[in-house]
Amino acid sequence: MSADVTLENIWIRFDDFTAVKNADITIKGGEFFSFLGPSGCGKTTLLRAISGFQELSEGKVYIGGKDMAGIGPNKRPTALIFQNLALFPLMTVWENITFSLEVKGVGKAKRLKRADELLELVALPGQADKMVNELSGGQRQRVAVARALAAEPEVLLLDEPLSALDLKLRQHLRTELREIQKRAGITFIYITHDQGEALTMSDRIAVMREGTIEQVGNGNMIYDHPETAFVASFVGENNAFHGTVSKISAGKTIVKTDAGELEATLTEGSRLSTGDKAIVFARPESMSFVNRKNSVKNVFKAKVVYQEFEGHFWHLILSGPNDKKLKMSVINSGSSHDYDEGTELQVNVNSKLAVALPSGPLAAE
Amino acid sequence: MILWFKKFFLRNGIVLSLYMLLMTFTWIVVMFVLPQVFMFDFSFRFNWTQIDPSKIGGPEDVYTLQHYKFLLFGSPNNPDPFNVVDVTVFGRTILAAVFVTLFDVILCYPVAYYLAQVAKGGITRLMMLSLIIPFWINELLRAFAFRILFGEEGTINNVLLYLGILDQPIDYVRENIALYAGLGYAYILLMIFPIYNAVESLDRNQIEAARDLGSPWWRIHWRVVIPFAKPGITSGCTMVFMLSAGALALPQIIGGPSSLWFTQIIYQWFNTGSNWPRGSAYAMSLLVICVIFVLLIMKVFKVKFGEIGR
Repeated sequence: MSADVTLENIWIRFDDFTAVKNADITIKGGEFFSFLGPSGCGKTTLLRAISGFQELSEGKVYIGGKDMAGIGPNKRPTALIFQNLALFPLMTVWENITFSLEVKGVGKAKRLKRADELLELVALPGQADKMVNELSGGQRQRVAVARALAAEPEVLLLDEPLSALDLKLRQHLRTELREIQKRAGITFIYITHDQGEALTMSDRIAVMREGTIEQVGNGNMIYDHPETAFVASFVGENNAFHGTVSKISAGKTIVKTDAGELEATLTEGSRLSTGDKAIVFARPESMSFVNRKNSVKNVFKAKVVYQEFEGHFWHLILSGPNDKKLKMSVINSGSSHDYDEGTELQVNVNSKLAVALPSGPLAAE
Repeated sequence: MILWFKKFFLRNGIVLSLYMLLMTFTWIVVMFVLPQVFMFDFSFRFNWTQIDPSKIGGPEDVYTLQHYKFLLFGSPNNPDPFNVVDVTVFGRTILAAVFVTLFDVILCYPVAYYLAQVAKGGITRLMMLSLIIPFWINELLRAFAFRILFGEEGTINNVLLYLGILDQPIDYVRENIALYAGLGYAYILLMIFPIYNAVESLDRNQIEAARDLGSPWWRIHWRVVIPFAKPGITSGCTMVFMLSAGALALPQIIGGPSSLWFTQIIYQWFNTGSNWPRGSAYAMSLLVICVIFVLLIMKVFKVKFGEIGR
């Protein structure tokens, strides 16, 4: 069974700062939902509020339509996977997994059987009698998932559970977590600062900054149509051209920047008007080289500083107008590209892919 | 071994190495092992009244088991099958020490847990201070103050009588309640700190994880916190047990007239009885039985000896 989770105007304040500011969203039952943001953005606090460990200053949490006020973490239909997993070191794997059943008074034979089933589900059969410290990082990860699932939660909360693992394992477990979620059919709420995790696994993502949810949408929306400067700079690589809006027309704008006048798309409901400070964001892959000078729109000069070959892409670091550092990616088309250091080139920014957003704080590099 | 010493000297230099070795040697051999060996040897000797001083060290100055025999069976003209008084007191002392230890665990575990996992900054410091400062007061003063507190006309009786909870005063000293309270109180810190140390190193997330999985508070303690704190609990228990069984001043001052503590008997042999060999034999017996008892309990609760040193 899976349940909706509704956060209604939630504020969480501590003595000297506000961790969550007016969080107001509904996470649908069966959804894989991620909160993405840099450390200190309030995402973990929000997760703890859903699980019941964190008191709200204002607002309400509803799970499956039921108000959770006054209901303790041990009575909520949620299970939390901790960042450090918090497996019980003095219990065996099966005792860990079936702790929630032990609490309910389920007999030992039944618990052993359930542990085996769950170990099967998380692809870790035959490890029931081991101690936790005999397992590898990835195996512990799976035990933590099994332990949480054993409680038959309607909502599974995951607090950066992959952050301690190495890259390969992390990528592997991403797919696996996604599959487990589909099989278990329950709501997953996932906390991460790793945009790769959020983009690959989630149905929808909420990007947070300093306690505020800046944008909610699926990965594609967040990446291609960021609504704030922070989202644009935090999710994926982006080149930011600061400037002033000189012209606005239907869905388009021209911003005067150091790199000349750049045409870019406006997001839906954009409030930019002529004269406003704005930033044009252009992804590395939305830029290209032009040979002839006939295309004057959105073109500026840049010099290659450094090139990197990554198989399917060439990654280039360019020095643009006013020595502005730019990143650009060019698909490896098979023809021998070689952008020698120091080469001067004409760079074009695709006006359909570039986005103009009101000036605002950017993500730290 | 020789290699180890060579490395040790090379690493620390001659002066520091000699100093450390000398100190360790003094601490373990001179201060601890030697006196106990003397006592052990003493416990097998004749008392000075039983042997001509000129014969001490001579062929007639042999080892004897008479003092241990006396502890078990009393004097040769004792009509009972064993030394009823001394053996009973011995047993009662051990039992009372067990009781004091249990009392302290029950009292101190919640406090230690609160200090280690719940209390924050200022409150922790305040609680620590209020635990430590009372121990600036010396033992004798504290013992006599307890007499006033627990006396027949003492504060506790007066309050209970005033409140109408009691019709007539209870003699807490005679009933040994004062003694148990006093002993329990005296060793509180030795129980709290080892448990505190153990519980403090428990990852908070473990407690929250258990709670999140639906566990009520008592099961969290039973399954997660106590198993983790077991070495600390054991270490506290061994200290409190050993010290309670070996306490002298408190039983002397606030013990009931009917209940002798075994240490008091030992003291009598050394002091008024001026029979050091017998006192040594009694003290050795107490030590050995206590150690065996502690090791047995550790075996039962599956605690490894090394763990209590953590």
